[in-house]
Amino acid sequence: MSLAPARVSMPAEAKAGDVIEIKALMRHPMETGYRVDSRGQPIARHIVRRFSAEYDGEEVFAMDLTQGVAANPFIAFHTVATRSGELVFSWEDDRGEVVTVRKRLTVTG
Amino acid sequence: MPTRRQIILGAGFAGGVALLPRAAPASPELRDAALAELTGGGPVSDGRVTLTIPGVAENGLSVYTTVAVESPMTTGDHVRAIHILSEQNPIARLLSVRLGPRAGVARVSTNLRLAASQEVTALAEMSDGSFWRDRKTVIVTIAACIDGG
Amino acid sequence: MRARRVCLALAGVLLMAEVQAEPLPTGTSFLSDGLKAQQADEAANPGMLWVAEGERLWQTPAGVADRSCASCHGAVESMTGVAARYPAVNAASGELLNLEGRINRCRTEHQGAEPMPYESDALLGLTALVARQSLGQPVRVETGGAAAAHHEAGEAFFHRRQGQMNLSCANCHVDNAGSGLRGDTISHGLGTGYPVYRLEWQSMGSLHRRLRSCSFGVRAVQFAPGSPEYLALELYLAGRAEGTAIDTPAIRK
Repeated sequence: MSLAPARVSMPAEAKAGDVIEIKALMRHPMETGYRVDSRGQPIARHIVRRFSAEYDGEEVFAMDLTQGVAANPFIAFHTVATRSGELVFSWEDDRGEVVTVRKRLTVTG
Repeated sequence: MPTRRQIILGAGFAGGVALLPRAAPASPELRDAALAELTGGGPVSDGRVTLTIPGVAENGLSVYTTVAVESPMTTGDHVRAIHILSEQNPIARLLSVRLGPRAGVARVSTNLRLAASQEVTALAEMSDGSFWRDRKTVIVTIAACIDGG
Repeated sequence: MRARRVCLALAGVLLMAEVQAEPLPTGTSFLSDGLKAQQADEAANPGMLWVAEGERLWQTPAGVADRSCASCHGAVESMTGVAARYPAVNAASGELLNLEGRINRCRTEHQGAEPMPYESDALLGLTALVARQSLGQPVRVETGGAAAAHHEAGEAFFHRRQGQMNLSCANCHVDNAGSGLRGDTISHGLGTGYPVYRLEWQSMGSLHRRLRSCSFGVRAVQFAPGSPEYLALELYLAGRAEGTAIDTPAIRK
């Protein structure tokens, strides 16, 4: 998972009070654990368990995922632009591995 | 050197990975139990929630889904959580989202995996403790979890 | 009177010569509105994850020469128009190369590194990245001259009935394009969106991986990715795709 890229798309600038949309896309097989390979061996489950967005000192969004979320998970959500600062997006999988993306938001007005 | 026959059969298995059931498949009863666990057994009202999902999902492996909830999203009145429930997947609770007034709007989109044609439920938990839901039936032509894709 | 008839006949012939076949529609046109929207949204298209990987590799020095793609080619935008003319015959070696082959040729000859295997994230990423630089540009490959023999071989393959089901590519992709088949719509088989993110694979894959699925579909012998058979076929498909815009990375089912 350390090689898996993740992309976050969001505006770089916003006015205070604006509601901005954030789109997060992560490279992950979200292997269900229900499949067997061509030799009949079970393929171990490997899924992202939690995605969160932290902004201005607080967790502003979180999702608990299961096998019911598609591979290479896409999540679109919103947050209110409060202050300029860094948003930190984290994905944690069921092997305890964490991927983090940081994006800067400049808030005017 | 594998024979031509072996190559074709092998490719067939690789192309259509088989399912080995490792969990009891969900059912409407399990979905109801999951719902009760989330609501504490309390009442659920229909409304305020809009679940946008295709009526016919071309492929169960990725079904684009949006849940939107009518709410001012203020400190005093907001959506605390959104849950998506399935009555046919091996797991009844597909995902849960934690929200708060800082969300601005209560709307989230993602891609689901749907195992079979079924009713999908979007459940919203409000800050006043009330629960609201929307339900949509989705026909799944190629099933995730079962069709081995 | 006779002169007028001759003039009219000549005009008719000239008119027919002027009229060109309309470019065939990309397979993207057969997707649902939802999947089309997902493909068009760079923030939601899973194929862009591989393009991002390609961007990273473009800047990464590799091999004995310790050179990156950027070392020779500069910005990746310089690759605009390249994917639209591949597959092409390599002038120096005389072999037919597709985009994957051309990238690996650079890798071995100019970077002094190992070639990247088909379906590796690295090769998929770089191929998708380079093809993306030709987004919206019409395919225009050379099918004559040194490419003629390959093109003819690809054309023969396309029209040859194969496999237990005794079907040719043309039986589906010409005779039945637009018809339904197992929850999907048969496209014209152009390949203009490749490498694609295929829902069935839950991952990105090359055109040759898809061709192998097609061969399996009719229970015919599957050729190896990068094989001369599939390369010739890929050239023929690109010839059929003349004028159709590249839309890599596409989403397919």
